[in-house]
Amino acid sequence: MVNKPTRRTDDLIGQDLWNIQLDDQGQLKHFLTIEGLGTNILNQILDTAESFAGVNESVKKVPLLRGKTIVNLFFEASTRTRTTFELAAKRLSADVLNMNISVSATSKGETLLDTLRNLEAMQTDMFVVRHADSGTAHFIANHVAPHIRVLNAGDGRHAHPTQAMLDMFTIRRNKGADFGKLRVAIVGDIMHSRVARSQIHALNTLNTGEVRVVGPKTLIPKNIESMGVNVFHNLEDGIKDTDVVIMLRLQTERMQGALLPSEQEYFQLYGLTEERFNLAKPDAIVMHPGPINRGVEIESSVADGDRSVILNQVTYGIAVRMAVMSMTLGGNIMGGNITDGNNTTQNQENK
Amino acid sequence: MNNILIKHARIIDPKNKLDEQTDLFISKQKIAGIGKAPVNFKADQTIDANKLWVIPGIVDISARLREPGLEQKANIESETRAAASAGITTLCVPPDTDPVIDEPAVVELILRKAKQAKQSHVYTLGALTAGLKGEFLSEMASLKEAGCLGVSNARHAINNPLILRRAFEYASTHNITVFIEAHDKYLSENGCAHEGAIASRLGLNAIPYAAETAPIAQILELIRDTDIRVHFGRLSCARSIELINEAKACGLKVTADVAAHQLHLTEMDISSFNSQYHVIPPLRTQRDKTALRQGIAEGNINCICSDHQPHEIDAKLAPFPATEPGISGIETLLPLTLKLVEDGALSLSAAIASITCNPASILCLDTGHLAVGQTANLCLIDPNKEWIFNADDMLSHGKNTPFSGWHFKGKVVQTLMEGNTVYGPL
Repeated sequence: MVNKPTRRTDDLIGQDLWNIQLDDQGQLKHFLTIEGLGTNILNQILDTAESFAGVNESVKKVPLLRGKTIVNLFFEASTRTRTTFELAAKRLSADVLNMNISVSATSKGETLLDTLRNLEAMQTDMFVVRHADSGTAHFIANHVAPHIRVLNAGDGRHAHPTQAMLDMFTIRRNKGADFGKLRVAIVGDIMHSRVARSQIHALNTLNTGEVRVVGPKTLIPKNIESMGVNVFHNLEDGIKDTDVVIMLRLQTERMQGALLPSEQEYFQLYGLTEERFNLAKPDAIVMHPGPINRGVEIESSVADGDRSVILNQVTYGIAVRMAVMSMTLGGNIMGGNITDGNNTTQNQENK
Repeated sequence: MNNILIKHARIIDPKNKLDEQTDLFISKQKIAGIGKAPVNFKADQTIDANKLWVIPGIVDISARLREPGLEQKANIESETRAAASAGITTLCVPPDTDPVIDEPAVVELILRKAKQAKQSHVYTLGALTAGLKGEFLSEMASLKEAGCLGVSNARHAINNPLILRRAFEYASTHNITVFIEAHDKYLSENGCAHEGAIASRLGLNAIPYAAETAPIAQILELIRDTDIRVHFGRLSCARSIELINEAKACGLKVTADVAAHQLHLTEMDISSFNSQYHVIPPLRTQRDKTALRQGIAEGNINCICSDHQPHEIDAKLAPFPATEPGISGIETLLPLTLKLVEDGALSLSAAIASITCNPASILCLDTGHLAVGQTANLCLIDPNKEWIFNADDMLSHGKNTPFSGWHFKGKVVQTLMEGNTVYGPL
């Protein structure tokens, strides 16, 4: 194939990302980033997750992925994300292998590619990957055997698409399927957050009315407006009249490198207190990808308050991951009844 | 074979303002005549160059050959062979080899190996500070004596401005040009992409403009009262050109170059995490690319170089930030430069000057032009040959290029160094 040296234009950004994630029929093959996926795919993930939400409550397991082997390939420590991926795989009847690579192969000098080749040779079907370098999931998807599926469980600061989808699922359950009428603020360390980047793509793909990011200039990446967000540096302005407030975790190491002076000052300026949360709409919900730093980015009374859906997010994480696993590995399962009843309705959750 | 007649070629020599279809005579490894045969000239060999161009042998102001120390990537023999195939007859090696070029023995080793290879004239830059560590001055006078054309700290920053200032003063004492690759390691903070929309979107550690412009501004202030020649290499930002122009207007003796890939690629190209586009300084915006092209066209940037950095395959086989930066660029220097002419960004004469006489003059070498009496370093080009560049066909040991699959027009058919054919039909 011949590459004419013409430059790509804006509308083609992410074309390669898009291509590699979808198969010839436009079905999800890998799940690496939200960027480049259409509204139809995201809704398909949400609908499928809705059907699995019942599995968690009533049915123990579904046999969709029986005989498949899923490898949790975690190059970075994680408890919750890995656990929910593991539970999701097990509820789909897959075999699960947990690999904590940070303490095994790479410390012996084995390259990432060598590790992959070895796991491929063990007749595996899916890699769930977390790695500290942005672009790792794409790198792996570009180099694995064609039958292997890759799910991104977080790569550097780039993407954490399943987290973003469980957040969308949470929003949809609470606010309904019409994202167009919603105003969503993402607050905190946008710079270092893969979650924020994936949320922004997902919210915009689902045609959210307004997406805001809020934080000091040291934690807001340059030209982030090009991703379709409005930038606020003042929390009060940023959350005013919002329907959804997403608080991001502040890593304590941000004090190094002169990004912030102290946790105290951060909380003074960007901590979500009840008083500030009252600036949002009366029925606004607050979300957090966890783990929470109480008293740093959010006040306990808000985190535990009746407008907090933080724990629901964790529960929905399993259903969303089941959805993505089954869509990429199990073929099209929509249309089959997994649980009896309302699998595709977008039911409002009553509080 | 002593006497060569290159018959009926279009001879393009920007320095001597020559562009005409005529004959070129080579005798005893030197250009003996242009248009008019020297007395008693009898050709031992005749090259029919009808429909071909003859240009001066290309001068590449920055090419890393990886020897000594990084022979798993490439070596002097392999890379000078690649250079010859690309029309390059003179190239200059930065000092960041292993061991560093901070003592004459390393210079001698490189020059000896290059001489054995007989493919291209190889020159070196010496280290500006011992071991490139930015702490002690190198023995610049000895390095110059050993053949170094200048001194440089390569991409290693000198954090203490007093040491930097003294290094300039000392170099100036010995009339040595200082070559700078402006790159502040603190401001770039392990970055691998331009600080802008794409890096923000991909979550890559970003390198701001200031990582290049702040050190340039600092250096320009430091050399204000020093009568020194400073060359700024591998510019990537529009603002850098402005700074250098301001300095030139104040009478400072500064020159600049740009890597060929910076004139064709932008930050957009990394949007699929393709590590072949991972370079330092990073690919910047369309606006910077346009400014760099304009800088060359207006003569504010003096020359184009390959910024050749061959790598072994594994160096690029990892997630983007974990890969090694750099392009194996020696074989695309001429094609990418000619493409600027095709794009209408540059006149043919300016394009050729930017890879021949201009870099030669910065290196204070009397080469890169075709006057009678000059050593016969030249290159024959078929200007109408359309071809597709393919990484697998590269002679360089480094196949790391983002240009595989690109269409080019104009190809080297023969390269002569000191009157000997080093590439092409014998």
